Amino acid sequence: MFRSQNRGNSQPRWLFSFVIVVIFFLSVLPLGRLAMTGFSSLFDGGARELLSDPAVWQAVYDTLTTSFLGMIAAVILGGGFALLLTLFDVRGKTALGFLFMLPTMIPPQVTALSWIGMTGPSSALLKAIGMAPPLGSPQPLYSIGGIALLYGVQNAPLVFLSLRAGLLALPRDGVEAARLSGASSWQVLKDIILPLSLPGFVAGAAIAFVSCVGNFGIPAILGIPASIYTLPTLIYSKFAAFGPGTFADVSLLSGLIAILSVIGLTVEERVLRGRDYRVIGLSGQVAMFRLGNWRALGELVLWLAIFITLVMPLTALIASSLAPAYGVPLTPATATLDAYREVLFKQTITRTAFFNSVTLSLTTAIGLLVVTVLTGYYLVRSKSRLAPVLSALAEIPYALPGIVLAVALILVFAAPIPIIGISIYGTIWIILVAYFSSFFAVSLKPVVSAFRQLDPSLEEAARLSGAGFGRRLIDIVVPLVAPAAGASVILVFLIACNELTVSAILWSAGTQTLGVAIYNLDDSGSFNLAAALSVLVVIMVIAMMLVLELMAKRLPKGVVPWRS
Amino acid sequence: MAKLILNRLSKAFETGGRPAVNDVSLEVRDGGFLALLGPSGCGKTTVLRMIAGFEQPTDGSILLGDRVLADASEMVAPEHRNMAMVFQSYALWPHMSVADNVGYPLKVRGVSGQKRETKIREALNAVRLEAYADRRPADLSGGQRQRVALARCLVTEPDVVLLDEPLANLDRHLRQEMEETFREFHARSGATMIYVTHDQAEAMALATDVAVMSEGKLLQVASPQEIYARPEGRLVGGLVGQGAILKWPAASLQNRLIDWQALQGLLSHRDGQDCADILVRPQDVEISGEGMAATVTSVLFEGERYALKLALGDDQTLRAFSRLPVQVGDRVSVVIRSAWRL
Repeated sequence: MFRSQNRGNSQPRWLFSFVIVVIFFLSVLPLGRLAMTGFSSLFDGGARELLSDPAVWQAVYDTLTTSFLGMIAAVILGGGFALLLTLFDVRGKTALGFLFMLPTMIPPQVTALSWIGMTGPSSALLKAIGMAPPLGSPQPLYSIGGIALLYGVQNAPLVFLSLRAGLLALPRDGVEAARLSGASSWQVLKDIILPLSLPGFVAGAAIAFVSCVGNFGIPAILGIPASIYTLPTLIYSKFAAFGPGTFADVSLLSGLIAILSVIGLTVEERVLRGRDYRVIGLSGQVAMFRLGNWRALGELVLWLAIFITLVMPLTALIASSLAPAYGVPLTPATATLDAYREVLFKQTITRTAFFNSVTLSLTTAIGLLVVTVLTGYYLVRSKSRLAPVLSALAEIPYALPGIVLAVALILVFAAPIPIIGISIYGTIWIILVAYFSSFFAVSLKPVVSAFRQLDPSLEEAARLSGAGFGRRLIDIVVPLVAPAAGASVILVFLIACNELTVSAILWSAGTQTLGVAIYNLDDSGSFNLAAALSVLVVIMVIAMMLVLELMAKRLPKGVVPWRS
Repeated sequence: MAKLILNRLSKAFETGGRPAVNDVSLEVRDGGFLALLGPSGCGKTTVLRMIAGFEQPTDGSILLGDRVLADASEMVAPEHRNMAMVFQSYALWPHMSVADNVGYPLKVRGVSGQKRETKIREALNAVRLEAYADRRPADLSGGQRQRVALARCLVTEPDVVLLDEPLANLDRHLRQEMEETFREFHARSGATMIYVTHDQAEAMALATDVAVMSEGKLLQVASPQEIYARPEGRLVGGLVGQGAILKWPAASLQNRLIDWQALQGLLSHRDGQDCADILVRPQDVEISGEGMAATVTSVLFEGERYALKLALGDDQTLRAFSRLPVQVGDRVSVVIRSAWRL
């Protein structure tokens, strides 16, 4: 007779241990190690030296100013878009929404490069139309304001999504009741909609702030040439000038970033917790206001914003990639595809980077899927009180800026791995481990939402049919969550392929990724090559986003990050 | 096959509160059709899920013949119980065709080829869905999905078939048709069937035995006829059939079945002593020229008759039927031909 001790749960006994091991290695171990090094250096005096260094406080100050200003810009841009697109009868909403969401998926270093291509004395685009400032005049984006502006553009979609989710949850009947009470459109907006959507605003602003604090690509490209350091770029420069105190220093600096992020995330969580009223009434159907004569003006403003924040920089990027050399004017006669030929076929460095990024991202996306299907299954099905704790632990590595995790993994793997005695520091494996840890939450989320939607009786019916755990997983569960699993693979691939922060810290000769290659090309002055590589990356991003967009109808709500 | 025995079965969930199932003992004879009847939240679904093996009892045991299926320390996993279940949501797998859904239990058991084809065809024939074998569940109506779920139960000759409110999502007309299908299915398969429902009419129409549950406890198990005629206690009396429950000083009476003569005797010397709950079915209340005075408080036209609520002199309410139209506020006299002390 078959007997088991599984208390009526559908999971086999080994699943719990599996989940514990996965979450321990991907989340608890690296972050615990980081906290340990941070605390021990706090107490052994090395911290005093670091904390009395004015450069550190300058970096903290610059991080806070750029992030705060960037947050303001993101709130204005993202909030305006969310309000106009969600509440008013503008045309072309799907296209506007998709285009507005693009910047979040474009890697920050590419955003920075494209904006550099749009401004300053050596802009190929401005030269082509004869509007370039004279040579020798400063690049206006190499400044606190420039960094903040690009933070705003990059993170406006986060505010957009958060606010839009709040607005979509507003009950239409509440608005209609206000109308029947005699309120004008403006009064409804002011008295009902804006107060109710305030949590969405604040939460969006908080996530945008956290994202700015952890951003590496933008301050690396815009800040370092002007000697403006934020905490992430300061960590990067500490690694570049490697010394005996480096580990202690960077662990303290990442601790600072982690603290700032946790403050932001706590604000977000607090604000959203109060959003209980969303269940009342017929939500889902949004109240719509007519703009009347103002509609054309509203649409013009929206498209103009898209034009300035997306079309112009990307055009500039393409122009830079077609220019024969940095600073040479671009005309139909001088335009050349040499840069593409160079990055695709000639330069071994870029070809290695392509190969590394694609292999790493594919391995991460598919490998993580196996882990997350099992973990997600446990997290959704388990009645254990540990499940929510494990869920939260799985979220942390992605919620924290990538640089914090990269530093944590260096601390874990700087010494050879105990027992087997092999060191993976400096190899491609440490980047792979970092990707697994960093994108675990990205991979897990679509799978968990699909499991939550799955009627448990579908699986119970299979159990009574005699199917054991593995059998059920293959025959019933996996086919039913397949669309979400597909989305999870594409998302992880997309994000991992564009990632710079983690690999910038972890790469060494031969293990550079696409992000690192773009940054290094720009750093060494090959701006047109960096631009060409960036154009290719943007094309890849858009293609994958379109695939997900087409899949969206078959996916559970909330899986595609730029739709809500 | 063997009989299914629930022995002092209890289940308390970790969330605390009163146990969902409290000390339930029950025997279902081999080939019996038991309806578990009770209001929502009474623990009937938890009992069913324990029999299926989706929940483990916190006390007591479940036996099939002399094989222990579950007790507080160990249990046989659902996949090894040879049971089948029709779920309230039908639980058809949307990515498989009708034939694949029905044949899945065979596939898992390693039955393949011609033998599987034949069994699937037989099962689909039995529910008259042979023409739909290649469709997807999404293309079927509610009643057809229900029948696919039933065919899936039929295909492996299970020891016990469990049905969890299978008619709850169907409209009235389909319900009657499906009740017929269930009876047919029971006669044909000879399987022990356990049917969870909150609808007493459904339970009485289908089952050979009805078990009434409330707040986790088993109140009474009997045949439908017995439970209708001789309900035990106020809860069962209120749940099974129509009727009004009144408080009258009848506790001292020897017989629980009370006729009009005995009732008149009781009511003549009422002193509020030893009151008992008395169940009066509306068909036993006769409107006539003599008897107790009552006032009509509500009239509902049901087609073949009028259903009345009557207020008695002591403010208690009686239910009655009338062939002739009456008005709210009319004063009538009633004779109670028969009543039952709960």
